[in-house]
Amino acid sequence: MDVETLGAIGGAMSRAATPLALAAVGELVTEKAGVLNLGVEGMMLAGAVAAFAVTVATGNPLLGILAAMAAGMLLALLFGVLTLSLMANQVATGLALTIFGIGLSAFVGRDFVGTPLTALAPIHLPVLSDIPLIGPLIFGQDPLVYVTFVLVGGVSWFLMRSRAGLIVRAVGENHDAAHALGYDVIAIRYRAVLFGGAMGGLAGAYLSLVYTPMWVENMTAGRGWIALALVVFATWKPWRVLVGAYLFGGVTIVQLHIQGMGGAIPSQLLSMLPYLATIGVLVLISRDALRIRLNAPACIGKVFHPES
Amino acid sequence: MRTSIIRMLVGAALAAGLATGGAQADEPTKVGFIYVGPVGDFGWSHQHDQGRQALEKAFGDKVKTSFVESVQEGADAERVVRQFAAGGYDLVFTTSFGFMNPTLKVAQQFPKVKFEHATGYKRSANVATYAARFYEGRYVIGVIAGLTTKSKVVGYVASFPIPEVVSGINAFARGLHSVNPEAQVKVIWVNSWYDPGKEREAAETLIAQGADVLSQHTDSPAPVQVAEEKGIFAFGQASDMSRFGPHAQLTAIVDNWNEYYIDRVKAVMDGTWKAEDTWGGLAAGMVHLAPYNAALPADVVEKAEAVRKAIVDGSLHPFAGPLKNQAGQEIVPAGQVLADDKILSMDWYIEGVQGQLPK
Repeated sequence: MDVETLGAIGGAMSRAATPLALAAVGELVTEKAGVLNLGVEGMMLAGAVAAFAVTVATGNPLLGILAAMAAGMLLALLFGVLTLSLMANQVATGLALTIFGIGLSAFVGRDFVGTPLTALAPIHLPVLSDIPLIGPLIFGQDPLVYVTFVLVGGVSWFLMRSRAGLIVRAVGENHDAAHALGYDVIAIRYRAVLFGGAMGGLAGAYLSLVYTPMWVENMTAGRGWIALALVVFATWKPWRVLVGAYLFGGVTIVQLHIQGMGGAIPSQLLSMLPYLATIGVLVLISRDALRIRLNAPACIGKVFHPES
Repeated sequence: MRTSIIRMLVGAALAAGLATGGAQADEPTKVGFIYVGPVGDFGWSHQHDQGRQALEKAFGDKVKTSFVESVQEGADAERVVRQFAAGGYDLVFTTSFGFMNPTLKVAQQFPKVKFEHATGYKRSANVATYAARFYEGRYVIGVIAGLTTKSKVVGYVASFPIPEVVSGINAFARGLHSVNPEAQVKVIWVNSWYDPGKEREAAETLIAQGADVLSQHTDSPAPVQVAEEKGIFAFGQASDMSRFGPHAQLTAIVDNWNEYYIDRVKAVMDGTWKAEDTWGGLAAGMVHLAPYNAALPADVVEKAEAVRKAIVDGSLHPFAGPLKNQAGQEIVPAGQVLADDKILSMDWYIEGVQGQLPK
């Protein structure tokens, strides 16, 4: 393992981790408000296809990213109408949203299959990017990698330090009490669900514009489900979600390097490693059962009836 | 996931079809296709669907085709095969290795329906098998890789360690070593047929480890795209991926099922269909190479063409003896070639491939 290899692993790790972290931090806010949206995969795909289509049409990736967030929010709005206003079961609706997202994105994107696109270039900061190991890892990434860190920090501050975040958590912990205090539970949950949709869409945009600049059907390949799992294993803590995402990305890349070097471990086992390592570490750092119970939003997935 | 919706629709359509009574003499031949990936994968399933569309073009309203895409290999596949079989379909193509057992199981219960399973090795009275000798094409691209690599490290993004993939790696390595004995093949398994993100990660890893030519046996254009970005070379897989790497793609192994599908449907119409095995390669046109990259030197193109023609006329066999396995034991003595059934069940690396084959 020389410095250059480590740098390559570091760069690849942050690219693998970014879509997971984005989608997971969005879902975290949704769940903190007491809503469980299993449609992350569908929202990511909607974002991926919207980002790709708009970027190809306009040549402007920034518009593509905005379109992706709008597409994710649109699907999230649909989910919100069904679960919050019409009080449908959240688990079933979330699953349906994923199926819908897969089908819809395939339908919308069918003319874009096989269309190439140039990736968004990473920012190259002279001198800083050229520092061995640290350079490519910290200073040589594409903008969205940095945006992810800012977002995680922002969400962490919002939930833990701001009054509005406290209200969101209150709604997730006990919606009846929050309602009795005069907070509009449904309106607050709508906003949280929409934020989750925007982040899912942004994660999808990262896949179709930066990571693998193309549109192919179902290109998320299960990353939405990994993001969902990260939220739980990180016990609803934003920074732990980020750690989990980077751990998952890191182990994924390291096992590929071990394979390439001809390591004598069966590749099937190596492919399991990212999952095992991420779950293992997150369970270890969150092994205090009492604190997990305190962290899990008590009203998650429960339907709120304002009149009851 | 999406298939379940399609499946419901298919089910509804089939029910409607059954309600209007059985087959009449002038009814079109009904042909069903089951794909492992989405038709929009730009790879394996995409090429099978090209074949399906060729049927529609060739037979017009004499044939009625439908397909279900992204079907999981396993129990899910059995349900879909059964749905086609029960729905009055005359011929069902199941186009992935993992559909083998479900196909045979359903075929036993529906002796009147004809089935064709791609890349498998089990047949029965109403199950035919077909595959393409991809390894022939892989030998040719191995030769091109050997003449192109400067770092003497060639990367290979692989899906699952099944015989079709293993024999492809081996043939590629043989072609490579025939012109460049010191070059090494590094293989990375992604344990997926289709995951653009993972394929990209594997390709980047191989490049970080010194590979300057990439080959792939996965279905998305991600590795070709990475090669283009990093300014190295690659070979497309299943379809021509030059759009994703105009400078990078030296050529691609293109699957071509069109003529085969047309022939088989014709046989069903004529009543001459038999449950046989078809295994065509470069000579039969089931495998062909995408146009060579203009940047390839003339002598490399010449050599590649000479090798291709030699495989077509039978004077060169990618697995001709003396052939040794990784441990150096001789498997095929000089003057003989590896038998077809041994190629179809290949689960060992030949001498010169790096790393351990996952079992």
